[in-house]
Amino acid sequence: MDYQAIIDAIPKLVDGLWVTLTLTSVTVVLGLLFAIPLAIARVAGPVWLNAPIFAYTFFFRGTPLLVQLYLIYYGSGQFREALEAINMWWFFREPWNCAILAFTLSTTAYVTEIIRGSILAVPTGQREAAKAYGMTSFMRMRLVTIPQAFSYAIPTYTNEVVFQLQATALVSLITLSDITGVATVVANRTYDHYELYLTAAVFYLVLVYGLLFILKHVERYLTRHMRTIE
Amino acid sequence: MTLKTILIASVAVAALAVPAVAQDMRIATEGAYPPFNFVDANGELGGFDVDIANALCAQAELECEIVAQDWDGIIPGLLSERYDVIIASMTMTPERAEVVAFTDKYAQVPQHFVMSDALADEVEATSGEGVEQLMEALEGKVIGLVAATAAEPYVRDTFGETVTYRGYQKMDDALQDLIAGRIDAYADGAIPIQEALLSTDAGEGFRFGGDALSDPAYFGTGNGIALRQEDTELLETFNAALAQIIADGTYAEINDQYFTFNVYGQ
Amino acid sequence: MLHGYGPLLLQGLAMTIGVSLASFLVAFVLGLVGAWAKIRGGRIARTIAEVYTVVIRGVPELVLILLIFYGTPTLVQSLVRDLGPESLSRFRLEFDPFSAGVLTLGLIYGAFATEVFRGAIQSIPKGQVEAGQAYGMRGWTLARLVVFPQMLRFAISGLGNVWLVMIKATALISVIQLNELMRAADVAAANTREPFTFYLAASFLYLGITALSLVVIKTVEIRAFRGNEARG
Repeated sequence: MDYQAIIDAIPKLVDGLWVTLTLTSVTVVLGLLFAIPLAIARVAGPVWLNAPIFAYTFFFRGTPLLVQLYLIYYGSGQFREALEAINMWWFFREPWNCAILAFTLSTTAYVTEIIRGSILAVPTGQREAAKAYGMTSFMRMRLVTIPQAFSYAIPTYTNEVVFQLQATALVSLITLSDITGVATVVANRTYDHYELYLTAAVFYLVLVYGLLFILKHVERYLTRHMRTIE
Repeated sequence: MTLKTILIASVAVAALAVPAVAQDMRIATEGAYPPFNFVDANGELGGFDVDIANALCAQAELECEIVAQDWDGIIPGLLSERYDVIIASMTMTPERAEVVAFTDKYAQVPQHFVMSDALADEVEATSGEGVEQLMEALEGKVIGLVAATAAEPYVRDTFGETVTYRGYQKMDDALQDLIAGRIDAYADGAIPIQEALLSTDAGEGFRFGGDALSDPAYFGTGNGIALRQEDTELLETFNAALAQIIADGTYAEINDQYFTFNVYGQ
Repeated sequence: MLHGYGPLLLQGLAMTIGVSLASFLVAFVLGLVGAWAKIRGGRIARTIAEVYTVVIRGVPELVLILLIFYGTPTLVQSLVRDLGPESLSRFRLEFDPFSAGVLTLGLIYGAFATEVFRGAIQSIPKGQVEAGQAYGMRGWTLARLVVFPQMLRFAISGLGNVWLVMIKATALISVIQLNELMRAADVAAANTREPFTFYLAASFLYLGITALSLVVIKTVEIRAFRGNEARG
């Protein structure tokens, strides 16, 4: 193994690390923001709202992220003139924007289903009790169902965040230089493919387990009221 | 299904997937560099490189199988013995010659930047000479490159931080983005660019800008067939076969199917 | 509309399904072995299984695919040549894209299957095993007649998830030149300059596989739990 190649590549990989982290955090935050209303609409909304949301989550959960990414990035190129006409091309022109869009659409679909599942998991008795207290349906959702749904959702949601972090590795295929992208560029020049992908793998391992460690603590903090006293 | 059937079935499939010890000669080409190598609507490999490969194998009496391999993994694949030979219009650059062995030249493809007519006009209007013209006109622009091509290190080293780079997996992706206006210029072999873009309807409004890129430290001495450095006997076999197909007119016959000029060059 | 690339896409679809089925079987076997190692294995087996699942689940699939595809042949070849008998000094591992894809995906999803099987085995009520032991069953017989059938039942939904995720991951092995659906769409998109058309067509084909799989998984699940109506 060529250790020098690894040492030389580390500063560049750190540049890629920032791309990976930025993409992950932006799409995770956007995904959560969009998913909450979508999940509520999916559970409590009327059919005309429910059906399109179902179609959306089914499509984005049922197709490979790579296809979605190519569909949005290379696919939008096919409609450049139409997009220019509605003044949207500036957005699709940048691979960065396409990546954010594709990842946000994808993670929103998954998180919507996660939250929907947790809302449905809240015991009916809880809602009935809230009703008995005379709460409106909005208050019931806000004060009773959602807070409990969140604590049910946390473990699955943690997994989704980790998947999202790993999924960003695909942006190297649409010209962005994240950790994987940097590893590929350097390896192409030096022919140390094995060494560089191995180093990239170590970067991801540290990121993933570091993130899991942090999320575990967040989970413990958020669910502290549920802990039994020993 | 009982446990036994499941186990037997799994073992059978796993056994099928376990690779066998190789016999035949395997030759890799890219399949995304027309007319040298491409994949047609039936999913079959074709092109000048493929025909040359077949002619060489017939000449040397070798049993050959031609496989497709993406460009950025083509040398690693050779080194890890996934195949034995690369016939894929590979420019014999000094950097590559450090890790693989090259045969004698079998073709010569000049390297060029392709860009919009407007940008090409700008290049020609600049005052410098050769690559200086390109550097002046392309400053601040976005340049597309295919990973691991001969043009990639040249452009990165020459243009440095004055431009923005976008790295692609294959030429077609880059050309797609050139047409879409995501990149301003793209550098690669002139003949494939001509074939895949400029000679098509989509190529309207684009042309080559500036002089051919010709630094021998980056572009070497033409296109060669790549082998592993320890396979010296095989290298001689291929050189002999190459000389033979050039001498007996087979090369010229293949050449004429794809080109109106002699792709062998000077 | 598809400019004559329809058949190529369908061939790609067939390859995607084929590679998925084969990879799933590899993952299934690896999962059983991994779960056995984690629950019943000695210290070494347990450590290996632990490292295997931790590493695989912590690295993106794309990176693993590139690493395994480019790294394994070199590694195995040099090991065999250096350590094996003289007759194997020219040993070479032929790795066509299909085998490489199957082994890579099998290895990755074997780690997920390990966790599924482990969880499933642990959800078998203790009394079942004790009852088996009371009947005089030991080791393999006990595993075959008591543990395995019940474990499989608990594993169905988890395995179903592994399968659904794996189908989608097959798109990534287009980077190692297997002519599956994604690669067929790539070729068609490049040749026709209509990427949107072909990636959309491909996405509907993937969606079709997913939908069909969901129906099958549901059916299997209902069948497996028949006779357990009280559960539900």
